[in-house]
Amino acid sequence: MKDPIIQLRDLTKRYGSQRAVDNLNLDINKGEIFGLLGPNGAGKTTTILMMLGLTDPTNGSAFVCGYNATSDPISVKRKVGYMPDSLGFYDHMTALENLVYIARLNGLSENESHKRALEMMDIVGLSSAMHKKTSTFSRGMKQRLGLADVLIKQPDVIILDEPTLGIDPSGVREFLMLIKRLSKEQGLTVLLSSHHLHHVQQVCDRVGIFVKGKLLAQGNIDTLSGDLFGHEGHVVSISLAEPISDPWLPEQELAQWETIKNISTNQKTVEFECTQNITPTLVRFLVEKGYDIMGVLQKNYGLDDIYQKYFEDKN
Amino acid sequence: MASKKSQGVSPFRVMVRKEMADHIRSWRFIVLMGLIILTFVASMYDSLSNIRAAIGNANDPDHTFLYLKLLTTTDNSIPPFHVFLSFLAPLLGISLGFDAVNAEQNSGTLTRLMAQPIYRDNLLLAKFVSALIMVGALFVVLTLLMIGGGLILTGVRMEPQELLRILGFVMISVTYVGFWLSLSIVLSIKFKQAATSALTAIGIWLFFTVFYQIIVNLIIRSFLPDPSFLTQDQIQFYNEFILDLLRVAPNQLYTDATTTLLMPSVRSLGPMTMQQMAGAIPAPLPFRESLMIVWPQVSGLIGATVACFALSYYLFMRREIRS
Repeated sequence: MKDPIIQLRDLTKRYGSQRAVDNLNLDINKGEIFGLLGPNGAGKTTTILMMLGLTDPTNGSAFVCGYNATSDPISVKRKVGYMPDSLGFYDHMTALENLVYIARLNGLSENESHKRALEMMDIVGLSSAMHKKTSTFSRGMKQRLGLADVLIKQPDVIILDEPTLGIDPSGVREFLMLIKRLSKEQGLTVLLSSHHLHHVQQVCDRVGIFVKGKLLAQGNIDTLSGDLFGHEGHVVSISLAEPISDPWLPEQELAQWETIKNISTNQKTVEFECTQNITPTLVRFLVEKGYDIMGVLQKNYGLDDIYQKYFEDKN
Repeated sequence: MASKKSQGVSPFRVMVRKEMADHIRSWRFIVLMGLIILTFVASMYDSLSNIRAAIGNANDPDHTFLYLKLLTTTDNSIPPFHVFLSFLAPLLGISLGFDAVNAEQNSGTLTRLMAQPIYRDNLLLAKFVSALIMVGALFVVLTLLMIGGGLILTGVRMEPQELLRILGFVMISVTYVGFWLSLSIVLSIKFKQAATSALTAIGIWLFFTVFYQIIVNLIIRSFLPDPSFLTQDQIQFYNEFILDLLRVAPNQLYTDATTTLLMPSVRSLGPMTMQQMAGAIPAPLPFRESLMIVWPQVSGLIGATVACFALSYYLFMRREIRS
């Protein structure tokens, strides 16, 4: 598994004095789904373009499937399917014709292209619309067609730039699950870029947080939250039926507990920062003291918080 | 790679095929084709109704070349086909090429296309070649129709020389269209908006057909010495100089080349001295000699086309493809 299929070394791209991508080092292993997360203008698209040899890096190198993307882009493009963020098709051609054309450009014969295009249409669920002109397609359908278009060359790696942009929520979920399923079935390596944390969270094995041309952190979501919030430990917030008086009586008693680091109160809720998970003990304690508990919330840090944290640091 | 290649044809041919299919289905090409055919029919009609007089004119050294006469005879109500073409060919080239690259970029297909394992230059070449094949086919069809029609109507046998000259004319016309095509492809790479590139191309065309001569005349007149103080040689020199300046314009090259090819009695494209004229019998030149006269023009046209094409390569090859 530890066989990096995409290797970026000191990758840098400058536009004038502005650094779009700054000394990026990144390894993506075979078969994993990697999410490149970052706000708009963070340099995600530029990085992807450099991986495909569509733009030249100012410095550093990008190796994809063992080929240098700058000096040998053709070999890379044979192995990599790329779906750009603003996806366009030839409007005067049908969906099937569009697909067949791409297959033919990848060196498949007429019959083979046709056969495979039909298969792909089936996979992405567009079989019923394949003889329609692409100008009549909705955004979601185009996105699916784009996926078929990427898959038809039977790539080792697929790179999706903002694949969830402009699709409705149920469509997003369906689309991401499709990607995940295909990745598992065909052993594809997937790199997807997005600024939507929740989308990435659903499917990615690993994420990289990318801000202003720099990769701030990478790893799976647990490691990331561990790294970031480790010092804060477990946070439990308990909401009570009655408003909390100030000073709150049990606070002094609880402050004696070794496991509790900090207690903060706010109207009806109390927030405990603890070194261990002591939620049951806390609840029992409060119940014994005669408090009516309305809700207990154990905080797990998701990507949202992770992301927010990085932006706070940055701004 | 080798195993994949062997199954299908090269991407370049796939692209040319697709581009040609696009042209055939596009309204733009149909309209242009209609325009060309209309002019062709009109000028043929005009020349056919005057052909008897033209062939019967014994003072004209070219009067035996019936098919060349078909292309060039006119009663001055409308210009002959090759003059028409010197106006229409740029329009044909420009309209086939002005949105070659930027339309793909704006619709987002360029990125997708460039993500396929194809060489970038293949895209440019495919755009260029497909349009030229279309234009070439159109011209060849028209001339063959003309020859066939002429055979049926008059029953006159065609000289091999005439066929060569007419084919030469078609070749030069296609090259001329090729020049404007490659110029408009350059502009389509340079400008993001198709309208801007079309307008610029039309601007360049208008400049060369209308304003260039006026400007050259203005400038020359301002520093040309009074001809009455000049020797014969100096006048000769200035005349040559002015002609050379005019030949910077591609339409001048084209008109020179086609006139020489279609009118075998044209001996020189510049002024001739009395010594050169002395002893010359007004007779048609052999095809080879005519070709020798127009060779500089033809190579100039080809050179300009190649230069534009090289420029488009330069602009496109290292460019960042982003939609």
